[in-house]
Order: sequence, then structure tokens, then C-alpha cells
Amino acid sequence: MKKSKKLLSVLLILVMMGALFLTACGGEQGGDGKDEDVTTIGFIYIGSKTDGGYTQAQHLGTTAVEDYFGEKVKILTAENIEEEKTTVKTAAVNMISEGASIIVGTSYGFMDALEECAQEYPEVTFLHFSGNKMNDTNFGNYFGAMEEPRYLSGIIAGLKTETNKLGYVAAFPYTEVLIGINAFALGAQSVNPDVEVSVVYINSWNDPANEKIAAESLLAQGCDVIAQHCDSAGPQIAAEEKGVWAVGYNLDSRDAAPGAFLTAPIWHHDKYLVPTIEKVIGGTYVPESYYGTMQDGYVDLAEMSDLVPEEAKTKVEEIAQQMKDGTFKVFSGEIKDNQGNVVVAEGESLDRAGIWQIEYLVEGVTGRDN
Amino acid sequence: MGGFFAAVIIAGTPLLFATIGELLTQKAGNMNLGVEGLMMMGAVCGFIAGFKTGNAGLALLGAIAAGAVGSLIYAFLTITLRANQQVTGLTLTMFGVGFAKFAGTNVMGSVLPASVKAFFTKIEIPLLSKIPYIGEIFFSQDVFVYFGYIIVLLAYLYLNKTKNGLNLRAVGENAPAADASGISVNLYKYIHVIIGGALCGLGGAYLSLVTIPVWQENVVAGRGWIAVALVIFASWKPGKAMVGAFVFGGLSILGFRLQSMGIQVSQYLIDMLPYVATVIIVIISTRKNRKEDMPPGWLTLPYFREDR
Repeated sequence: MKKSKKLLSVLLILVMMGALFLTACGGEQGGDGKDEDVTTIGFIYIGSKTDGGYTQAQHLGTTAVEDYFGEKVKILTAENIEEEKTTVKTAAVNMISEGASIIVGTSYGFMDALEECAQEYPEVTFLHFSGNKMNDTNFGNYFGAMEEPRYLSGIIAGLKTETNKLGYVAAFPYTEVLIGINAFALGAQSVNPDVEVSVVYINSWNDPANEKIAAESLLAQGCDVIAQHCDSAGPQIAAEEKGVWAVGYNLDSRDAAPGAFLTAPIWHHDKYLVPTIEKVIGGTYVPESYYGTMQDGYVDLAEMSDLVPEEAKTKVEEIAQQMKDGTFKVFSGEIKDNQGNVVVAEGESLDRAGIWQIEYLVEGVTGRDN
Repeated sequence: MGGFFAAVIIAGTPLLFATIGELLTQKAGNMNLGVEGLMMMGAVCGFIAGFKTGNAGLALLGAIAAGAVGSLIYAFLTITLRANQQVTGLTLTMFGVGFAKFAGTNVMGSVLPASVKAFFTKIEIPLLSKIPYIGEIFFSQDVFVYFGYIIVLLAYLYLNKTKNGLNLRAVGENAPAADASGISVNLYKYIHVIIGGALCGLGGAYLSLVTIPVWQENVVAGRGWIAVALVIFASWKPGKAMVGAFVFGGLSILGFRLQSMGIQVSQYLIDMLPYVATVIIVIISTRKNRKEDMPPGWLTLPYFREDR
């Protein structure tokens, strides 16, 4: 009797754990994937495909690849993969053993694992989102000039605000985030010199409730447009409840808070993935460090809602056109940081390398820069 | 300033429900580390029920049912089968978090119907809400928050003033003695573990129904663990649990307020404060060594009637 109870308890625990694994590894798998004409592509995600933000935007790119190549590709996905070397390598090796010849990793922390895999599997091509490592044969990276659409969203916020106070909910203070805050502030200041931006960091990528509460604290200080560099619609919901406005991120999330949504800087990962995968399949891929811009269509601004004033729409379309023509630089001098130091001199502008050295917040922004 | 304290209540309410739930569970001698998972299950089931039916009452029932079923698994494993409580609780957390992600896939990003949202809008209680400061903070909230106050009061009265409550404490303090005096130990354990789980489910549902009425993964984000710490902080007393939940809720949002006012404090430091507070409380209470501040004597121990 006692033994059977013990067995039952072990079984129940196993069932619970099994359910967890099912949800964690519920990728589209099956088939041997060794078909000559079919290229198997593995996508490794840090979150789940339906997270409503970062990974969902990535997965939109993946489905676009699937739609474009149709029968010629087989897509494998692994969700909720932690940024831990062994975990990432295991996911990649599993996919390779399923026949994958292209592995796409979509989080910065996958970098070292992918680098090692690229050495161990020279016949497989590795594409890494947001990383800065690559090699000459089978390991490249890609990212986007999110500062461009963020600048445009800043223009809208600058013209929409009535209090001249903008709020910005961000995850962590590091270069990518600082670039975005600065671009947003510069865009707003370009149309409204009196505007101030307050930043609140929540120290998490994954806490929707705190994202909302952080936005509420900004609203309490009189901010009437909330922008964000975090992944949930929390800040937009907070703005809607207060009867003011919000700029989203990652995806067009207007349904979450239709009463507040102005626009969102968004990713079009397919604009990189489709042509690049085509090259890999055709054997002409040479590793590169891709940096997609408005010009490439890789980053963009979601369709502006009816809450955006006409004046702002016109201005945004004007600057967006200049960006698409390649004549507009977001970080053009003179720019001072919020300590009063000149960081970009008059007549100069930052290129990609210069932008990615930003460790400051520009004048008119209140918040930490480290 | 009143606005800040009103926000503290909202941040503290999910913790309050989960803490009272875990407190009842522990009073029955069971340490359930599955709070995080139960909160996630409550959050997702409450949301789905509210989303599909547009009825706030059914949303709450969904959350209660999810928490109850989740804790029933735990109860069966730890009470009937006498599995290790900590391990089972941890597994329940993993299960609950995974279950919520899985179950929430189809409603990801969906918005709760207006009828549900309207039920949880702020209601000012006549007279009480007119009290300066206090009224604005405590009595201009949503019904869910008021329900939380009632739960604390009921838990206090139950544990201190009723025969059943005292029986429950006896079960937690010394299961064999309780058994000898004719109390059905397993029945008490089952009932309170399940009620505790239902309260945890409600705590999670507060996040998905009121705080963020749009389904997002990981809405609970570690609050279940804070609730476990809060039970220790509160030294197993409902009143203190309420104070603790609001203090911890306040600490969790203090950093944002300071940042938005332009006062730059490291968020890491602020995030640490609730845990530092718990450590200090534990040190103080062990130093004082007062019997009434100690955990239930039979906590985490399985009860074998044959071993008497």
C-alpha cells in the first residue's frame, strides 16, 4: 500500500513536470528534415511566440519566412530558452540534429553559445539578432536603427503633449535603451523645445504589472504622453485609464489601449530574414553585421492612430521621407548631455559606431544613465 | 502624496490575498511553495473566464476554482501521499507558471470586456471615503480591494475567535495532539490548503483583472515568492500580514516614484528592501524568542497517525 502511494506521488509530480516541458518545448517538430530540397531553419526564442511583444515580433518575421518560401523550408522553433550557454547550445544542437542548416538566435545573451556552435558546426549558418560577434564563414548578426522610428514617435509626443512632460518607461539603463530615450527626446525637442522627458527604469524585462505601475508614477508627475522600452502594454493601459496618450513598442498594440495608442516604433524582421535566408540557401551568404534602417524597411513606425494631430502626421511623414532617402541623421549636433557637456559638436553627426557608444542622456531628460 | 499611498494599496492587494492564503495553509502545518504557480493559475483562469463570459463574478469564480484545484493537487500529494512539501510546492510553481503560459496562448493580448472592467472601477465608500487622507487611500478603491480588507478581518476572527480556527491552529502546532483530541487532522489540512490556494488564485487574478486587464504572460512576476516571505514577516498573523503586504507593495513602487520625481536611486537597492526587511524581522523575532511569533510547530512535517 505504502509503496503504491509513493509511486503515485512520483507519477503525479512527473505529470506536472511533463506538462511544463510540453509548454516549454512545444515547437513545431516532426519529420526527419533530411529532404534534399527542403532547408530546415531553427529559431531560438527567449520568450514565447505569443508574448505580445519582443518574441511575438520576432515570430512575425519567422512566419513571413515560412509564407515566402513555403514548401522549400521547414521551420523549427524553441521558445522560452534562457540566456544560458548550455541551454542555448542544447537547443541549437537539437535543431541541427533535426536537420537544421540555419539557426537564428533572437536574444543578445545567446551570443557566446552561438559563437561556439558556429565553430563546431561549420556547415550550419548562424544568424544572431542584437549581437556584436561574427566570423568570416557562417556566423553573422543583425539589428536595427530603432533610433529612427523612436525619433519620429518623439515628434508626435512633442506635438501631442499639453503639459510638456513626457514619460518613458524603460527596462534597464544600458546603451540600446539610452539611444532610444535620446532619440525620442531629440524628436520631441525638435518640434517643442520646452518638452522634458522623465525616465523610470523597472529593472526587468518581464513584469507587466510593474511596467504599468511605473507609468502611473510618471502620470502622477504630470506626464501626458508615455513612451516605453519594455515589452508589455502596461504603460499604454495606464495612460488610457488616465485619459492621456502612449507610444508602444515592438508591435502595433493599438487593441490593448485604443484610447491612448498614438503609434509604436516596430520591427520588420522579415525584411532581413527573407533576403538573407535566400542568400544562405543559394550559397551566396557572406557573414555581415546588418543594421536595418527605415530606408530598408527593417524598422518602422506603426500606422499613426486618429489621436495623432494632423500637424504631427505631416511632420513625421516629412522626416520619415528624409530617413528613407538616407539624408536624415538622428544624432546631429549640437547635442548636449543632461550634465551640460557637448557630446556631438555643431555640424557633426553620429554614425552607427558613434551611436552605439552612447552612455549619456541628452539635455532635457531626467533619469539615470547607468 | 495620497496618490502614492492609494497606489501602494493597489500594489499590495495581490500580495495581501496570497499572503493570507499561504498563512492559512501554513497554519494547517503545510508549507506551500507553489504560491507563484497558484497565482499564475488564478490569473489566467480568472482572465479567461472574464474574457469569455464578460461576467466579473464568473471571472472571480474562475480564479478561485483554479487556485483550489491547483492546491488540491498539492494537498493530495502532501497530505494523503505525504510527499515532501517543499518539493511538491516548487513543482506546483513550475506547473502553474507553465500552465498559465499554455492556457493563455489563445487570449494573449486580448482585452477584458468593458463589463468586467466596469465592475472593478474605483468606488468611493460613502462617509468613509470622506475621512481626510485615510478615505482617499483606503476607501476610494475597487471592490476587490475591499474584499481583501474583509478577508483579513475574517481570517483574524476565524483564527482567534472561533472553535474551528483554534482547532486549525492545533493541527498546525501539534498534529498528533489535535488528532488525539478528536480533530480530523487531514480534513482540516485539506480544507485550509484548498481555501489558501483559492486565495492565492484571487491574488493572481487581481493582477490580470484589475492591474492589467489585458492578458500578458508572467503577470505575477515573482510576487508569489514575496508572499511566502511575507508570511514569515507577519509572524503568521493576519493583521501583520496586511501591514506587511502594503509595506512590501509600497517598497516595490517607491523606486518608480522617486525616479519619476527625478530622485535617482538605484532600483536594485529598492528591490532589495523587502527582503532585507524580512531578514531583519526574522532575526528580531528569533532573538526575542516569543512563542507566539514562532512558526506552527508541525509546519512541513507530514502526519502519520500510526507513528503516534
